[in-house]
Amino acid sequence: MGEKILLKGNELLAEAAVRAGCRFFAGYPITPQNEIPEYMSWRLPQSGGVFIQAESELAAINMLFGASAAGTRCMTSSSSPGISLKQEGISYIAAAELPCVIVNMQRGGPGLGNIRASQADYFQSVKGGGHGDYRLIVLAPGTLQEVYNLTMNAFDYADFWRNPVLILGDGILAQMAEPVEMEPYLPLMDIPTKDYVLDGCRGRAPRVIKTLILHPNIGLVVHNQNLQTKYRKIEKAIQLCEDYQTADAEIVIAGYGITGRIAKGAVKMARKKGIRAGLLRPISLWPFPRETFMKTAQTAKQFLVVEMSEGQFIEDVKLAIECRRSVEFLGQGGGWYPTQEVILEKIEHMAAQAKGGR
Amino acid sequence: MEFLHPESLSDKQTHYCPGCGHGIVHRLVAEVIDELDIREKTIATAPVGCAVMFYDYMKFDIIECAHGRSPAVATGIKRMLPDRIVFTYQGDGDLAAIGTAETIHAANRGENITVIFVNNAIYGMTGGQMAPTTLLGQQTTTTPGGRGKHQEGGPVRVCELLSSLDGVCYLERTSVSSPKDVIMAKRAIKKAFENQIDGKGYSLVEVLSMCPTDWKLAPQDAVKFINDEMKKTFPLGVFKDR
Repeated sequence: MGEKILLKGNELLAEAAVRAGCRFFAGYPITPQNEIPEYMSWRLPQSGGVFIQAESELAAINMLFGASAAGTRCMTSSSSPGISLKQEGISYIAAAELPCVIVNMQRGGPGLGNIRASQADYFQSVKGGGHGDYRLIVLAPGTLQEVYNLTMNAFDYADFWRNPVLILGDGILAQMAEPVEMEPYLPLMDIPTKDYVLDGCRGRAPRVIKTLILHPNIGLVVHNQNLQTKYRKIEKAIQLCEDYQTADAEIVIAGYGITGRIAKGAVKMARKKGIRAGLLRPISLWPFPRETFMKTAQTAKQFLVVEMSEGQFIEDVKLAIECRRSVEFLGQGGGWYPTQEVILEKIEHMAAQAKGGR
Repeated sequence: MEFLHPESLSDKQTHYCPGCGHGIVHRLVAEVIDELDIREKTIATAPVGCAVMFYDYMKFDIIECAHGRSPAVATGIKRMLPDRIVFTYQGDGDLAAIGTAETIHAANRGENITVIFVNNAIYGMTGGQMAPTTLLGQQTTTTPGGRGKHQEGGPVRVCELLSSLDGVCYLERTSVSSPKDVIMAKRAIKKAFENQIDGKGYSLVEVLSMCPTDWKLAPQDAVKFINDEMKKTFPLGVFKDR
């Protein structure tokens, strides 16, 4: 058993990263994630690591490119507009197959938007964001316990798969506090030796890390094929989803992150009223837990997607169940968040309609 | 004295045009790294620009960076491996246009790195567009009427610009447009690496370099262009040494 501690989501995430061996952090201030760089600014030097307040998000992500090439577990964090700026570097890091962890505490968009919580960066997170055919492993915690655990896991996934991992949070998870069991860090798996690290060519041939691939024979087509092979393996290895009372559920709510957590409350309320509701809360957004969704679609009658955006996550839900069931939507961009009551109202409406239709 | 092939320089034939200055600068860097016996502890960054394939011509660890981001990447490497030698090799567009912020802030933080800045006043790889260092009146494919003071602004003088920053240890502008200049350039490059070995902080050597192809000049006229024209806008010399 670890110690139980009360910390803000941002600080907890930073502490989890340090405990998982993160020794380099670069970032640029933006609300609502400022406690992460602030925490790292004293915590990393204390642990023999390096903190840099970068001149921009571009510089920060490129500092990670260097630190990761040097073999270091490294992290950057930002919020929506800042994550847009990092996309160039993320594409390069994904192309070079270097590990790193990126945190997005989403805020309202588009543009400068506002500083309230949002989930409007879903497309950017799971469909690319930067240029080229690449994927990020995207983890979406719904509780601070998961913020703690998944942050540690993120470093393992990144190193094992040599791929950037994005932790997709939001302004609520960033700013709220709740007690968390701080288990000591235990690696999820054996991490292969980092045989790509640039640390000087003493006793070995010089190494190059590059993303320009002009070679006519072993060219960019092959590189892309290799990346896709890796992504297919990741899809097999990581499909994380909380499955709550879906076995007999007629109405299944799909929501991720904080929204999934609020929806769980609504499901409990609906059950008390005799409505057979259930919840699927994807924890990995890429890979999307398609198998769980497809399995649930065999028994559920209808789905309800709840998200803090104008409808992005809903597309992956429909794809995952191959549109075999009707999918209702409850969502709004711009800093809106659903209450349990609002979700319950929608569930009740759907239940009534289903009954009336019979 | 024997004229030997530096160990740090690969045998691969470069893709550079006849009369290009990059080959000379590559060789000077390789010679200095050999002389200081730091090849096995050196990590360099390759830019985006004509020298993007720098990693093919050198025999030490190299990371190729996004356009302009080398100083940030070098910062990440050097901070995690402070006992290694880290340098960036950058052109004018990379360093003084798209990477201006990274350049100024790496310098301002006093990162203990070495910067080799090749200034040929033009975008070579993309076919001769205006660079931040293009001379006033100089014709390029995007300034067909010549660079204008009131449209494009004047050329950016990097050494002068950086000289006000406290974090900077050493700034020198050199050239490879004459044998004497080449000797001076090598001396400056060596000093910039020695500074890093001594932990003295950010050192930058600017090298005025020929681009006959995009200047649309014969190689010997390109040399003359540096000596007669470029040096007027970009005077050689030491801008900071502490």
